[in-house]
Amino acid sequence: MSDLVIAGRTFRSRLIVGTGKYPSHSIMRAAHEASGADMVTVAVRRVDITRKTESLLDYIDTSKIFLLPNTAACYTADDAIRTARLGREAGMSNWVKLEVIGDEKTLFPDTEGLLEATRVLVKEGFIVLPYTNDDPVVCRKLADAGAAAVMPLGAPIGSGLGIQNPNNIRIIKAQATVPVIVDAGVGTASDAAVAMELGADGVLMNTAIAGAQDPVAMARAMRLAVEAGRLAYLAGRIPRKSYATASSPLHGVIGS
Amino acid sequence: MTIKLNGDPHEIPGPVSISALLDQLAIDGRRVAVELNLAVVKKAAYDSSVIKEGDEVEIVNFVGGG
Repeated sequence: MSDLVIAGRTFRSRLIVGTGKYPSHSIMRAAHEASGADMVTVAVRRVDITRKTESLLDYIDTSKIFLLPNTAACYTADDAIRTARLGREAGMSNWVKLEVIGDEKTLFPDTEGLLEATRVLVKEGFIVLPYTNDDPVVCRKLADAGAAAVMPLGAPIGSGLGIQNPNNIRIIKAQATVPVIVDAGVGTASDAAVAMELGADGVLMNTAIAGAQDPVAMARAMRLAVEAGRLAYLAGRIPRKSYATASSPLHGVIGS
Repeated sequence: MTIKLNGDPHEIPGPVSISALLDQLAIDGRRVAVELNLAVVKKAAYDSSVIKEGDEVEIVNFVGGG
């Protein structure tokens, strides 16, 4: 099974995981290990100057795991651009998971702001991975604007609803000129497998692992699901039919 | 003198470099990014960038996120 390549950088795993909402940093580290992921997302936030807090980076082996800073909670292109620039300076890589959120309740992207921010950041030399709607037209526009991958949502962030519009994901992949990462909406392993069976190049998730009763076990389940889904996609599934086709020979049945 | 640090007023004795401010706050400069009046300051410029009265400083780092 081939590796995931984005903007010339090779990842062994097609599963990208988050670093938020784990019960503890040590459980996060164990879950990362079990997931096999070699890229994790991080958020950029103000340092708490009133008290010393444990650094997240003490629990991520950055010699093995690539950090992908996000622009979560940014509601304008300007805020997302500013956050991306800070993330680049904090992490010393020019990669960004670009989020421009358009609605508090659904956390759906503001695709207009997303396109605008993508254009600006690409011009500044960023490797832009935009989190977007499962809209094939917007995905095409993002790729045309220079995005290194497109990351359509499967369902709202943290909802665990699974892939709500499988056909759109299939269409996005069919027309894509860059890798397609299904980002957000996965609830359990079968959702990740579905995303991969639809042809996605990878899956990005946080809550499905971090919020599971046993995050480490779920991380392993997701690893296997992503591999299984990818293999099934490459193997080529049988067509769906309405009626049965016998698997055993009809010839030689006793009593006939 | 007063500056705005991460959105709140913050008192410092006088103009200081970003390096000095980070030292005062006991923050490891390698793991943060600093913005001075909305412009990101490169790590190489921490010694030479001076914070003055009324400046707005943001110090950020990586936290858990998806």
